Amino acid sequence: MKKILVYLEPQNNSFKRVSNELITAANNLAQSSSAEIVGLCIGGNSSIYPSAGQFGLKKLVSVEFSGAYSSTAYAEIVSQVAKAESADVLLFASNATGMEIAPRISAKLDAGYVADCVGLEIVDGNIVATKPVYAGKALIKTKINKSTKVFSLRPNVFTAVKNDVGSPEVTNFSANISDNDKKASVTNVSTNAGKLDVSEADIIVSGGRGFKEAGNFAMVENLAAALGGAVGASRAVVDAGWRPHAEQVGQTGKTVSPNLYVAAAISGAVQHLAGMSSSKVILAINKDKDAPIFKVADYGIVGDVFEIMPKLTEKIKAVKG
Amino acid sequence: MNLLVCVSRVPDTATKIFVGPDGKTIDSKGVKYILNPYDEFALEEAIRLKEKNGGEVTALTVSADDATDILRNALAMGADSAIFIKAPAEPDSYQVAHNIANSVKDKNFDLIFFGRQSVDFDSFQIPSMVAELLNIPSVSVVSKLEVNGSKVIAERDIEGGKETVELSTPCAISAQKGLNEPRYPKLPDIMKAKKKPIEEVAFFQVDAAVEVISIALPVNKRVGKILGDSDSDINEIVRSLHEDAKVI
Repeated sequence: MKKILVYLEPQNNSFKRVSNELITAANNLAQSSSAEIVGLCIGGNSSIYPSAGQFGLKKLVSVEFSGAYSSTAYAEIVSQVAKAESADVLLFASNATGMEIAPRISAKLDAGYVADCVGLEIVDGNIVATKPVYAGKALIKTKINKSTKVFSLRPNVFTAVKNDVGSPEVTNFSANISDNDKKASVTNVSTNAGKLDVSEADIIVSGGRGFKEAGNFAMVENLAAALGGAVGASRAVVDAGWRPHAEQVGQTGKTVSPNLYVAAAISGAVQHLAGMSSSKVILAINKDKDAPIFKVADYGIVGDVFEIMPKLTEKIKAVKG
Repeated sequence: MNLLVCVSRVPDTATKIFVGPDGKTIDSKGVKYILNPYDEFALEEAIRLKEKNGGEVTALTVSADDATDILRNALAMGADSAIFIKAPAEPDSYQVAHNIANSVKDKNFDLIFFGRQSVDFDSFQIPSMVAELLNIPSVSVVSKLEVNGSKVIAERDIEGGKETVELSTPCAISAQKGLNEPRYPKLPDIMKAKKKPIEEVAFFQVDAAVEVISIALPVNKRVGKILGDSDSDINEIVRSLHEDAKVI
């Protein structure tokens, strides 16, 4: 391992939190070798670059890009930078962008790629990546037998550690991009304005079929509001049309790893567990004490959600003052 | 239109997983294998395009095990023919992507469909890898698709919203739930599928890029404090969340 290239994603006036997590993960890998670390930022405002130095990034390559996000163009830019920098390890977030461009880049560089890693360590000089498989029912440890190695890391699993090294040294790189590289370009982005997305929330309160009807989700919303979290939903609830698909957590929805995941009236089918079992702390509320959700829960309340949710919301409000 | 759908054979999501004797793969004994659920959305979309515009749908899989069962499912849904690339051993994603690209590079497919992920290794990587190897654009996790001649407009899910992407054929699309409602094949379709051709293609030899060192079941490190619903129980849970777990 000589050089680690960290793909940073600007968002509004900062880098995404997962970008800082990637920097910390790169620093941990580099500790046991003399590998250099360089960040890569395409587009975005240079005023946010110093923030990456707070997590230990000393060097940053900045690439100007005019026009909308294009997976083909971005992949070409990252590959050009990786070659110019002779980077042999590339780190991405396992999110919408990373999951789309990292495989493309790995093909361009003829690299090996392991997606959605929840652990990275050095064993006998090799990077050993751990990733969940079979809906999280098992974990595999892998190693890449290619000189260039690409990994995407599940957000909010690797903790970003503050390590202020001042502002990173910035190099501008002009990528050689033709119109042919912009073959797939974004023409419009619509956001669920004002709503915290489950994939980016620290706290998620999810409700299941046990709420009986859409209107009763007010209880889930109230608890989420008290905790400052996002509302999530089980597949059954989304299929019934009570909640939008964007809120669905699970194998056919989103994979989340919040600090606190509250599963209310969710029995814990394996497909749901696939989307939330890497949460740091899990609180389950269910009337059935044998519900599978309790097997993965740190804390559980057995009883009627209709009685428990309002009480829990009030008590949490009291604690949070 | 010339349409390809790449499918995979995966354990049923409800299957219990046990570690196999080699410690590197799962024990396949008693495991029920199915057509990857996301591939049904991919198949449905391709079949609808064919029904609208004419053309052919080919289903393709790369597998070390006999995958004719899931190819027959694809044919019963409405694919016209299938390609089965039999791997000598469990292939990694790199080998699968290279095999798909190698076998279809001269076949002039307008659109190549995939499920957004196979629910075995859940890596979301084959669609973009194949697209890059074929030097064509792609869109991942597509929940809405419009195809007008060579113009393609795809809507895909991103964090907190949706992106609209414009591209042209030939291109690759990975299908997300919500793209359509996959059909259930009827008995006559299943009978017809038995007569449709499945072509066996030799495995294109490339070395795996990723080696599995070990597979293990997750270790449960959860606190497991499960209480009742009395006021004092709820108080204790809130206290634990606040003082022990420090998450509120």
